[in-house]
Amino acid sequence: MQKTLSESKRCSPITVKSLPVRSNHGPAALQSPSNRAEQRSCPQWRRANMALMELASLEKSLGFKKANKYSTQGNNKTPILQSNKGAPLIGLVTIASHLVQEAAQPELLGRTAEQRAVVRQWLEYRVTQLDGCPKEDIRSILKELNQYLEDKVYLAGSDFTLADILLYYGVHHIMADLSVQEKEQHMNLSRWFDHIQHYPGIRQHLPLVVVLRNRLYTGGHH
Amino acid sequence: MSEMKLFVSDGNPHCLKVLAVAELTGVKCDICHASDDERLVPFLSHPVRPVLLLPCGQHLFKANPICLYFLEVSGRDVCDLTSQWLEWEAAELQPALMQALYQCVLLGKMTEAANTLEGHLTYMEQRLSKGATPFLAAEEATVVDIVLWAALYPLLSNSSFLPDKLQCVARWFEQVNALPVCQTVAQRVQQQKSLESLKRFLQKQPLPPARCRNAPLCNRAEEEDAEREMTDEEIQAAGATWSRGLADRPTPAERRHPILPQEGKRNVLITSALPYVNNVPHLGNIIGCVLSADVFARYGRLRGWNALFVCGTDEYGTATENKAREEGLSPQEICDKYHAVHASIYKWFQIDFDHFGRTTTEKQTEIAQDIFWRLYDRGFLIPDTVDQLHCENCQRFLADRFVEGICPNCRYPEARGDQCDKCGRLINAVELKDPQCKVCKRTPVVRSSAHLFLDLPKLESQLEQWLEQSMSTGNWTSNARHITRSWLRDGLKPRCITRDLRWGTPVPHPDFSGKVFYVWFDAPIGYLSITASYTDEWEKWWKNPEKVELYNFMAKDNVPFHSVVFPCSLLGAQDNYTLVSNLIATEYLNYEDTKFSKSRGVGVFGDMAKDTDIPSDVWRFYLLYLRPEGQDSAFSWADMALKNNSELLNNLGNFINRAGMFASKFFEGRVPQMELQQEDKRLLAQVGFELRQYIQLLDRVRIRDALKCILNISRHGNQYIQVNEPWKKIKGGDEDRLRAGTVTGVSVNVACLLSAMLRPYMPAVSATIREQLCAPANCADAMFQGAGSFVCTLPAGHRIGTISPLFQKLEAEQIESLKRRFGGQQIQSAAPAAATVPASPSATIETSANPERAKQLLQEVAEQGDRVRALKAQKAEKTLITAEVAKLLQLKKQLAAAEGKNPEPSPQKGKKK
Repeated sequence: MQKTLSESKRCSPITVKSLPVRSNHGPAALQSPSNRAEQRSCPQWRRANMALMELASLEKSLGFKKANKYSTQGNNKTPILQSNKGAPLIGLVTIASHLVQEAAQPELLGRTAEQRAVVRQWLEYRVTQLDGCPKEDIRSILKELNQYLEDKVYLAGSDFTLADILLYYGVHHIMADLSVQEKEQHMNLSRWFDHIQHYPGIRQHLPLVVVLRNRLYTGGHH
Repeated sequence: MSEMKLFVSDGNPHCLKVLAVAELTGVKCDICHASDDERLVPFLSHPVRPVLLLPCGQHLFKANPICLYFLEVSGRDVCDLTSQWLEWEAAELQPALMQALYQCVLLGKMTEAANTLEGHLTYMEQRLSKGATPFLAAEEATVVDIVLWAALYPLLSNSSFLPDKLQCVARWFEQVNALPVCQTVAQRVQQQKSLESLKRFLQKQPLPPARCRNAPLCNRAEEEDAEREMTDEEIQAAGATWSRGLADRPTPAERRHPILPQEGKRNVLITSALPYVNNVPHLGNIIGCVLSADVFARYGRLRGWNALFVCGTDEYGTATENKAREEGLSPQEICDKYHAVHASIYKWFQIDFDHFGRTTTEKQTEIAQDIFWRLYDRGFLIPDTVDQLHCENCQRFLADRFVEGICPNCRYPEARGDQCDKCGRLINAVELKDPQCKVCKRTPVVRSSAHLFLDLPKLESQLEQWLEQSMSTGNWTSNARHITRSWLRDGLKPRCITRDLRWGTPVPHPDFSGKVFYVWFDAPIGYLSITASYTDEWEKWWKNPEKVELYNFMAKDNVPFHSVVFPCSLLGAQDNYTLVSNLIATEYLNYEDTKFSKSRGVGVFGDMAKDTDIPSDVWRFYLLYLRPEGQDSAFSWADMALKNNSELLNNLGNFINRAGMFASKFFEGRVPQMELQQEDKRLLAQVGFELRQYIQLLDRVRIRDALKCILNISRHGNQYIQVNEPWKKIKGGDEDRLRAGTVTGVSVNVACLLSAMLRPYMPAVSATIREQLCAPANCADAMFQGAGSFVCTLPAGHRIGTISPLFQKLEAEQIESLKRRFGGQQIQSAAPAAATVPASPSATIETSANPERAKQLLQEVAEQGDRVRALKAQKAEKTLITAEVAKLLQLKKQLAAAEGKNPEPSPQKGKKK
């Protein structure tokens, strides 16, 4: 399994491009048109842009009427929310949790102390393990998530939470690059991903990733 | 709740977090120590700790969520600020922290670790200093403080880790560390041999990812400084300061020798490590001690301190005896010869000593013997017999550098009898594996001899007390602190202060007649004796700890002798000596990514710098620009050319020249009338800010960093001229002409300030600028008072002199030829032929003819020929002669190639193949 994802994509019998839906949604759809081309190649910028778009989408999902304004700081382009009451909030997880509270949907952070801990854990997983993850580690992350989701509907068990939303945003660019075969190999993850992207109001700015429900590769291992 | 199981392992800082928070919140859970390798969480690919197994069967595998869970279970809420700090800890601090722990604990590079964390710790410092509360999130310690304390504990529990400027972080850490919960948990961890287990923990972690290795966070601070926006108040204040002008400041008094401490003045005694006489110093030696000390001494004089700068050659010891035998001279003759060599090199580098003396003087004997008797009478010297290596063939004891062998610690094959160059540890010669007499290459035998030892363990508590005080009040570079602490941590042992040699200060005790003092006992006393040769009233400097501040400059390998061994001698002598209060140690300077090596002829040595036709000031600039402050740096020819052309010529020189030229071309050589507008005042504010930075940095002996302030000012200046275009405005109407005048006048004044700021770094260039601008003698003095103020020193109407360019371009060909010349082989040394192999013939023989190189080689061949003849006449060792002959043949071959002839196939080369 030393092959990188792009390599295995090249070797797979059916190339991704031959699938009709995928070709309509290049990653370019992620970027807002006002940004200059050279910025797009910078990983920090991409990450920052991603985080800001996510927050905007989250606001819409939560039913905010007016969009907040965000800025970024530091090398990692950590998002900042400047609120008119009190100190600014820094960090994707902190801001997202704050928005959920403001929208009076605290159940999205978990209903019990245990569930809240699990939600927090996956939110931290998102910003520490998934973001900025080197290419060679992507495979082990997919494997971990796939295994974890084997007996679960959502990350926190049977309830939909903020962890699902932010992890969905976080793995979207990885899922979009997977071949059909790879998606099949990570069946539980793909199932969860497909479920979340069809969850009302969540997908927002992101293009749909096609996940086939019937298996093409029988005998494939997962 | 008792069904919860918490799995922890030793040495893992994350486990420290959860244990402390469990303690804080009083949550009960079963604590299990599980082996690190056991996979507790079925879906994770790597084993992690801590893991909390919840009653429902779920695993929590991240420390911060576990901590917050404990908090909630104990009935408290998690607020945004708590969440924010923990997110910062996990996402921003941890990657850098892992990198820093790796550097500090596994590589032993504490300074680098501190640099890695600088940005993050500065962030904490800002939050703490700006925040209204003593702790990070509230009036009292919360889970946030505990988590950050635990994360930083492995590094910050070493009190010398934090740089002085991070006072709030230091205070915060101390307070949190003193909390009962932290104490309890830290003790529990301590008992488990924390360091060893931390090492094991770190070894199991993946290497820190490249993105944190390559993107140093400390750059952030620099960027911010460069783009610092001036506030309106700052701009207005700068304008007011400027208009104060010179007033009627008295001209500073000339230096008058002898300089003695004065009442009511800051009395600063500056020493630089005494260079060993038998070596021609290389660039690394020069930047490490004399040049750094010179910059600081010049700066001190500029600040109006009463400064005395002394240095001299260290002349006693085995190496001198060795050298004398090699050159067929007496040790005294060798010292005389090389002392002159040193003095002339330092003169060329414009090192402005108040006195440059030597250790082979009457005063040295007198003072060293006095200290000896005082130590002896007070019972700090203990006699013992020592097993020493004795060469039967050469009929003498092989102390120190007369013997080489394999290092018992790191197995470096060329360890010397006193210290290993590789691992830096001190060695007892008999511990060397496979020892060899350096002269005859035979194996020596062990014989015993009676010696005296300085009883360091007896002085240890006194030393620690003094160190505590000196380090907390003075400027000690972090490597100096670190090296000293590690010496103390390993425990002090008695150290031998006598040697069976002839060339040294004689031991006055009759039982030890015929022996001399060991050079490390003797050499630092040279500071005192050299001052005594300068003035009879030397004791006013050296026995005056209340009124004198002592600054020692050195490279880091010299630290233990200045911070432990020598202070112990002086403390034990109980004669109210002035001890070091500021110990400034540099890291190493490498040469083009390799080491300076005398034996391999690699690198630029002090006496060759002047043959490069590059001015002394440019050498000084470049060496100071890459002064190994905080980490090793490397000299590179290409970089030197780049810095000369970009920084000196295009930035600094360009600005000063343009400013002067506008004044002389457009305003008949007079400073024009100035009417300051907002834009001009903004420049004044920027320049004033850099000046204050410069003073703050140099006060803390951050010599390299302060140099950047100078270059920042001229960058601002260039921009200012570029934007305002005085050369166009001068052709316009009255208003435009006034504008051109203001810009020119302000620029000329900035140039005048630059001449003052350059004085410690580039004294000749500084003097030239002063001359060209006809600057008043008291101008530097006025601007360097207190925190520093940029005032108008050249008022309207002031007449300036003739302006001419200050710097010259270094051309690529010139640099290429220098690189070739100094790449290797240029020094004929007594090293065996094997050592010259790295600069192999294939590397040095050029394929095409090179007349310049040929001329130089011709000279070298002649010199080498002389050397061989001299050696043969002296009936020197056969191996030595063979080595020199081989080198001669090599040179002849290179000469043939450089002259465009085919090098004759040499028999030696044939054999190798």
